[in-house]
Amino acid sequence: MFGKEAIKLIHELDQCEEIKPFNEAIFQQVLEEINSLYEQNSKDVSTITETNTAPRNSVIVRHFAMNRNKRCLLTYLYHRLRRLRQIRWELGSILPSEITANLVSAESHWFQAYSKSLATYMRSIGEDGLNIMNDVHPPKSLYIEVRCVQDYGKFEFDDGQIVNLKENTYHLLPRSQCEALIRQGVLEHVSS
Amino acid sequence: METKNSESEYSTEHNENVSHLEESDDEMTAERALQALENAWLNEKFSPELLPHQLELVECMLEQISHMEENLKKLEKGDIRLNIHTMEINRIRFIISSYLRKRLDKIEEYAIYFLSEDANRSSEEAFMTPAETHFAREYVSSVESLFTTLALQHMPRRIKDFELNAMSSKPNLNKHVFIRANKATDGILIPGNMNEQDFKEDSQHIIQYAAIAHLVKNGHVQLI
Repeated sequence: MFGKEAIKLIHELDQCEEIKPFNEAIFQQVLEEINSLYEQNSKDVSTITETNTAPRNSVIVRHFAMNRNKRCLLTYLYHRLRRLRQIRWELGSILPSEITANLVSAESHWFQAYSKSLATYMRSIGEDGLNIMNDVHPPKSLYIEVRCVQDYGKFEFDDGQIVNLKENTYHLLPRSQCEALIRQGVLEHVSS
Repeated sequence: METKNSESEYSTEHNENVSHLEESDDEMTAERALQALENAWLNEKFSPELLPHQLELVECMLEQISHMEENLKKLEKGDIRLNIHTMEINRIRFIISSYLRKRLDKIEEYAIYFLSEDANRSSEEAFMTPAETHFAREYVSSVESLFTTLALQHMPRRIKDFELNAMSSKPNLNKHVFIRANKATDGILIPGNMNEQDFKEDSQHIIQYAAIAHLVKNGHVQLI
């Protein structure tokens, strides 16, 4: 049946929120289906005459199947791209290897291009730029209590103070500067 | 007693800041600018469409922040004013970032639509700042090149184009929003209903966004 493979791609998006390995096999199969539908259509179109209108219906059905397949393919690409975008906002411009492994090269290129235009935009704000990735939550207090989840080493703050972030140590640190580390999973916010 | 002293110093210093700003921009005091920024932020947060940009306001507040930060460097560590001011700076920075983030979110989602809308406006009337327009263009072309490399170029000639119209989606202007009227306004037409509605000053309503879109832009109502 036409479009059967294409819908599998959409189901895959539905099944989990994460970026799964790019489904090259099905993707190629759908592209082939589109091309074969197109070829059959071009053959049939030439046989339509005023007396022989029968092929017209099958041409229309194939045409819709073709467009539906195209739509499914682009939807698949677009939703993967939006998830990748979400990761850019949460983790920053360096992708963890378990995610890069699931991308095809065009997607990695997109990610770099996106990071670049985002950086250009942020540099343009005000006189010396503003990192809008910071300050995600309304500030409640200047300092927050954090637990170090993994060994990070020395971390220098704006005012020159150096803190040694070792696994399982607790610190009271300026909120504005730990935000990025919390998102990267180095620190954990201990809510009291 | 000590705290009280610091507080009074704090307020004089705050006034100094204000007067400093008045010198450079006699139309807007720091306090009014902050209020305007907060209003713009709430409007942007709750409106389904992109509102005209507030580039000047954002730049003015950023300048104010760096000015305050300069002042703070002069203070000694442990001074109570340091904490109060830093907190205030963090709050303002949160509002600015959140405001700009919200705009980028919308721009990404409806990039094609906003670009075509802005193309009909002169550069002074454009809703997006030049930097945002640049970002929107780059975003659309990066999506296009991803689609082309992976899918479109392998398709038959007749359907391989990146159709801007088919890809573009529009914000839902009929969404209901909560509003407060800043000024008394008469004769608001409710869509799909021939009745007119009058807003009293400070009254609150739930209404379809499309009916009051122009009032949000001229500041007669505030989204809440």
